[in-house]
Amino acid sequence: MLRTARLMAAKDLRLEIKSRVTAFQVVPFALLLVVLFAFAFDADRAVLLSAAPGLFWIAVLLSLFLAVGRMYAIETADGALDALRLSSLEPAGIFLGKAAALLVEMLALEVVLLIGILVLYDVNLALSGLVLLVTTALATSIGLAATGSLYGVLSAGTMVRETLLPLLIGPIVAPLLIGASRAFQAALGTRLIDDGSGKLVRVVAVSEGWPWAGLLLVFALVYTAVGLLAFGPLLEDA
Amino acid sequence: MTESNVLHTGTRGSRILGLLALIGLGWMLLWALVISPPDEVQGENVRFFYLHVPAAFAAYIAFGVTALSSAMYLWKRTRSLTWDRIAGCSAEIGVLLTALMLATGMIWGKLSWGVYWRWDARLTSTLLLLVMFIGYIALRGLDAAPDVRAKRCAIVGIIAFLDVPLVHYSVTWWRTLHQTPTLDVKGATIDGSMLFSFFIAMIAFILVYVWLMLHRNRVAMMEQAIEDHGLQIAIAERHAEVSA
Repeated sequence: MLRTARLMAAKDLRLEIKSRVTAFQVVPFALLLVVLFAFAFDADRAVLLSAAPGLFWIAVLLSLFLAVGRMYAIETADGALDALRLSSLEPAGIFLGKAAALLVEMLALEVVLLIGILVLYDVNLALSGLVLLVTTALATSIGLAATGSLYGVLSAGTMVRETLLPLLIGPIVAPLLIGASRAFQAALGTRLIDDGSGKLVRVVAVSEGWPWAGLLLVFALVYTAVGLLAFGPLLEDA
Repeated sequence: MTESNVLHTGTRGSRILGLLALIGLGWMLLWALVISPPDEVQGENVRFFYLHVPAAFAAYIAFGVTALSSAMYLWKRTRSLTWDRIAGCSAEIGVLLTALMLATGMIWGKLSWGVYWRWDARLTSTLLLLVMFIGYIALRGLDAAPDVRAKRCAIVGIIAFLDVPLVHYSVTWWRTLHQTPTLDVKGATIDGSMLFSFFIAMIAFILVYVWLMLHRNRVAMMEQAIEDHGLQIAIAERHAEVSA
């Protein structure tokens, strides 16, 4: 199973590196979102700082829709999916491979996005915050990648994947988004309030984010387990 | 009753049931609006309770039926497109009831809290539940072979249902960590006649649900029959062409 997963992940990543769609389309799109959010909030530093964790994950989620749609559009073309089904590779392995490839793409995107937010929104990041940040990003991305690769196969071969995917994935990953935003809030310490003298004061301690990170890890396991169970039957019929 | 000669969706049984549901609703309105006294704390607003809570209850039953029928479909020994049809019909009625529950809940909230919406766990998870099952119905609408569609819808239906506790839990945690817990409606002691009205309302809503299910299910059967019939006609026409 793990061998299949490695094969699938390597294949998907090689395709991505060759086509550069993620690097030159999805990542710039995520960065564009960061800029657009700034326009929406009138580039007000206090507002942007307190909104940064949520905006970060919204940008990740929207990019996930694109990445999933793209990943399965490739599989649909040229009957690749039929070949995959006939290949007698284990569905669980295929699922893990796809999820792993998606995870790598998401993590790469998140690094760029994080730098973008740190620079553009002028967020200061402490070392203790960074550890929490990395843990949270990893756990959340595992959950997102698992859900994305499971639901992506539903949309493979249907005409409406672009419109239906977000509707199906969005509500399912809502718990991840809540947890990830709260944990990031603690990690970045961006929930700031004006203390009256015009100075911004940090109100969320880093330690407040760790319970969320723990919860996210549990969610990541649950989503992956569900994906492992459900992917096989879905792939057969896609 | 054979599937081919169904001309309408009512039967004797469903008509009796419909009549009972109608009587139940009338009775509910009489008790909820006239006989039952206003609440000490909430005053006349409490009358929303008789509409809101039974709608919520029936909606959860509907989604529960969807999840259960989906499981029955996935289980190989009970696999039948009947389960798939029941799951789909129940989800549609569930969405209707959930929308009703949210609408009444929001109006009630405006009257008793002063705002339409609070980000509390129950409201938020209900809203996400509604969106998930709208997605589920959209998925059902996709063109696919019946058994393919049935299987993928069954899986999505079960996941959507199972996700609700996760959503509920994370929203609860979110709100309690960062804000004072949601206002509790303290109806400490509930008046006997209020409780009675409430039970009447519950029964009325469950009857309405069952009645809608019967009709929706028959409509779905007739749709299927038309499809099959259409295919038969097309085949017959082809045969006629060939022999001509």
